Amino acid sequence: MLRFFILVLLSITSAYAAIDTYEFKDKDKELRFHELSADMRCPKCQNQNLADSNAAIATDLKQKIYLMLEADKSDTEIVDYMVARYGDFVLYEPRFNAQNAVLWLGPGALLLLGLIVVIWLTRSRNNKNAENTEQVPELDAKQEKALQQLLNKDKKS
Amino acid sequence: MPRLLLFIPLALFISLSFFLWKGLSIDPRELPSALIDKPFPEFQVAALLQPERMLSKADFIGKPVLVNVWATWCPSCRQEHEQLLRIAQDNKINIIGLNYKDERAAATNWLRQLGNPYAFNIYDEAGMLGLDLGVYGAPETYLLDAQGVVRHRHVGVVTAQTWAKLQVMIQKLGVNQ
Amino acid sequence: MIPELGEFALILALGFSFILAVIPLYGAATLNTLWMDYAKPLARAQFTFLLISFICLGYAFANDDFSVQYVANHSNSQLPIEFKLSAIWGGHEGSLLLWAFILSGWTLAVSLFSRGLPLDMLARVLGVMGIIATGFISFLLWTSSPFERYLPRFPADGADLNPLLQDFGLIVHPPMLYMGYVGFSVAFAFAIAALLSGRLDAAWARWSRPWTNVAWAFLGAGITLGSWWAYYELGWGGWWFWDPVENASLMPWLVGTALIHSLAVTEKRGVFKSWTLLLAIFAFSLSLLGTFLVRSGVLTSVHAFASDPERGFFILVLLLLTIGGSLTLYAFKAPNVKSESSFGWLSREMLLLINNVFLVVMAITVLLGTLYPLLIDALGSGKISVGPPYFNALFVPIMSLLALSMGISGAARWRQTSVAGLKEQLLIPVIISLVVGIIFPFIYGDGFNFRVFLGMTVSTWVIATTAKEFKDKFRNANSITAKLSQLTPSYYGMMLAHVGVAVVAIGITLVSTYSEERDMRMAPGDKIELADYQFEFKGAKKVKGANFTADEGTIEVTLEGEPVVTLYPQKRHYTVKRSMMTEASIDAGLFRDLYLAMGEPLGDDGAWAIRVHYKPYVRWLWLGGLFMALGGILTVFDKRYRKKSTGEVAHA
Repeated sequence: MLRFFILVLLSITSAYAAIDTYEFKDKDKELRFHELSADMRCPKCQNQNLADSNAAIATDLKQKIYLMLEADKSDTEIVDYMVARYGDFVLYEPRFNAQNAVLWLGPGALLLLGLIVVIWLTRSRNNKNAENTEQVPELDAKQEKALQQLLNKDKKS
Repeated sequence: MPRLLLFIPLALFISLSFFLWKGLSIDPRELPSALIDKPFPEFQVAALLQPERMLSKADFIGKPVLVNVWATWCPSCRQEHEQLLRIAQDNKINIIGLNYKDERAAATNWLRQLGNPYAFNIYDEAGMLGLDLGVYGAPETYLLDAQGVVRHRHVGVVTAQTWAKLQVMIQKLGVNQ
Repeated sequence: MIPELGEFALILALGFSFILAVIPLYGAATLNTLWMDYAKPLARAQFTFLLISFICLGYAFANDDFSVQYVANHSNSQLPIEFKLSAIWGGHEGSLLLWAFILSGWTLAVSLFSRGLPLDMLARVLGVMGIIATGFISFLLWTSSPFERYLPRFPADGADLNPLLQDFGLIVHPPMLYMGYVGFSVAFAFAIAALLSGRLDAAWARWSRPWTNVAWAFLGAGITLGSWWAYYELGWGGWWFWDPVENASLMPWLVGTALIHSLAVTEKRGVFKSWTLLLAIFAFSLSLLGTFLVRSGVLTSVHAFASDPERGFFILVLLLLTIGGSLTLYAFKAPNVKSESSFGWLSREMLLLINNVFLVVMAITVLLGTLYPLLIDALGSGKISVGPPYFNALFVPIMSLLALSMGISGAARWRQTSVAGLKEQLLIPVIISLVVGIIFPFIYGDGFNFRVFLGMTVSTWVIATTAKEFKDKFRNANSITAKLSQLTPSYYGMMLAHVGVAVVAIGITLVSTYSEERDMRMAPGDKIELADYQFEFKGAKKVKGANFTADEGTIEVTLEGEPVVTLYPQKRHYTVKRSMMTEASIDAGLFRDLYLAMGEPLGDDGAWAIRVHYKPYVRWLWLGGLFMALGGILTVFDKRYRKKSTGEVAHA
């Protein structure tokens, strides 16, 4: 079976999409190829991933990825290979390490902090008001239900 | 709201501005080599001018060298060629050429016409050695120490100022040995 | 002559903005009516001269005056006239002039449409806008004048506009975007004026709202247009890349969304005043930060202007003065703000505050991701990249939480609401949403998919809760038509915008999950199949355009034997810049796009590398964006904003 792989080698920097016609027998590998080339950065371009770049180095790296995939290398091996040569710069998904902890955990921590602050603020505001108003007698279950029905009947937004 | 808390946005902004100010003096497109303080990759590639001779790392280990990545299709390489000839004449350090993804005939002609500052040239036709080295665009110049460890990479044209900086680094290497 | 007139007009505009920045504010501080009265005419003068300057630049472009550097760098005699004029904002200097011009336009608008506003408030608002204008016009004149000349020798013809920009998108996207960016300066100015005057009652919120809503709508429209433009222009079918420049527009929009909701609460309930003030400052600060990021060169981007650290430094100083100054004012004056009412722990107020937290955290996440590489580099720890995998991983969960919360907030009552009440109201929407979420991937796709489940559930939730709230309005109504006309434009706007959120979410979910793509080598006569469609390549031929030549391919598309459309993608060669560009050919549809692009010619048999995309529901992204923008505009037509002044003299 003829297996062609065609390298689209572009020598002029121009603004158009790189269309590389790599053929994979394995659908899974083709998917991994698309993902890997989308998640890795072209070292030379102005913020483009390998998939969209037509720079010579991007084409070379895509070819390398293709060859490594055909040689049954794992995603981790391919990524490590690229990082060993071009540094963490080439990864669009920053590694989860001590240096990037703030990056990955910051938003979640901030969200929690924000929610806690809001709840605490509303609570303290509520408590302040509770101090100022007289004790409201508690309703029993039957009265509560009646109240709810009344409220729901003429609901105004 | 406690008074001090209201100053937090201002404090955060000032720290941000500090980083933005520092950012103004950084070139975001400059990529430092991932191989700094790591050994130059192993290779077995033919020489440019003598196709039957196979070159490897052993050919330049022993003293500090400059490895210059160049090609005939690279206009900046043409620009820095004169400076490279001057460096070669200075005779302080050898320059090894890495002819990157080029055509043998064109490269040979180029050296014949413009002069050859290189001790020898590695003919990396497919660019595989360049890939292992982390080359992303010619011209690039690497400074290796006597053990073949990469100490510095300069991306772009080598000018007189670049050479001055390199000389300082080479001296430091000599002292450390 | 004309360019010099333009420069001179700019200098005069600077003079007027400087006076506007000083006199009315001083007048407001000393209650000097005469000095405060100067604000309106000064706003008019500032606008007039910036208009003249802008027209002069346009004239230079229209007449191919290549002695003007900016024109020579961005235009060409062969360029079609609509692009010659749009090229005014095709580069740094001209787009900055557009920025300043639009600022003067908003300033004029505020001076014209503020009949109910007390004089000292108006003076302060216009004064603050004058300060900003002074900063920007100074920046223009000092470092970035578009009127610089190449004399005595100038090029015979220009270097042409970047082919990617020679498109309808250039005509609409930047002006819309700038209307938004700059429009937030009005909300900012109102906040500063409120802080300066110490008058922090809820009236300030009522005045601020229409301006903020319109600015927000424009910014949203600008972002939507940008995404649409990138999609059809760049040739790879993407619609959002989390690029720094894209993020620079999204951040103020997110905070702006929080702001419009916070302003609503402040106006209606008199609470959150301090927080709303901070948001107004934050939103405009992000606009300014965006300006810095795009023009200073600290971040790499395909969209960035040609950058210069000297200009970056100037903008940084502007940022320090404006943002630093406003935050300092805030820190000192905000404690004087008092709430006018209270609310329980489960109430619409509290839920809207929670939504604010979500939106602000989303904005900070984008900010963190965009700036983190810079932070790490400035600390000397090397170069890293932060891209789509990071942003998608963090943004999507928080956005889903926000959508969930949106539905609950709509059902909650002001001041106090009960869990039981909410449960009763929301039970049916919950059921509908879960059912749709579970069934959809089976019907549309080929089996269960968690991402689709999440996206569809959350989107249906937003629509269902909005619909329920709408339906409940008619519970006590005697006549449907009467009730329909009783509901305010504000309400309709809100509904439309909220539905827009759901539509965008559906678009994002479906296009990211069910897109299909193939890159193939195709010779004339070759056929491929994608997503049930058959594509037959008929070959390519040469065509000629106004300032380019192209190879145009012909591809016939059929579905189950029935012809659907013929597409003509092009590979263009622009003669002046000698650059190449892909012009994709798209068959647009409400429920799917077919997207074709040509790569390189391969071999002598007329074969080409061809990319075929199937993109389901991609138009929903922009439709939703449009809904949101329209919703924002609709709210401005509310009668309460158009109440005529009663004729009483506004007390100072």
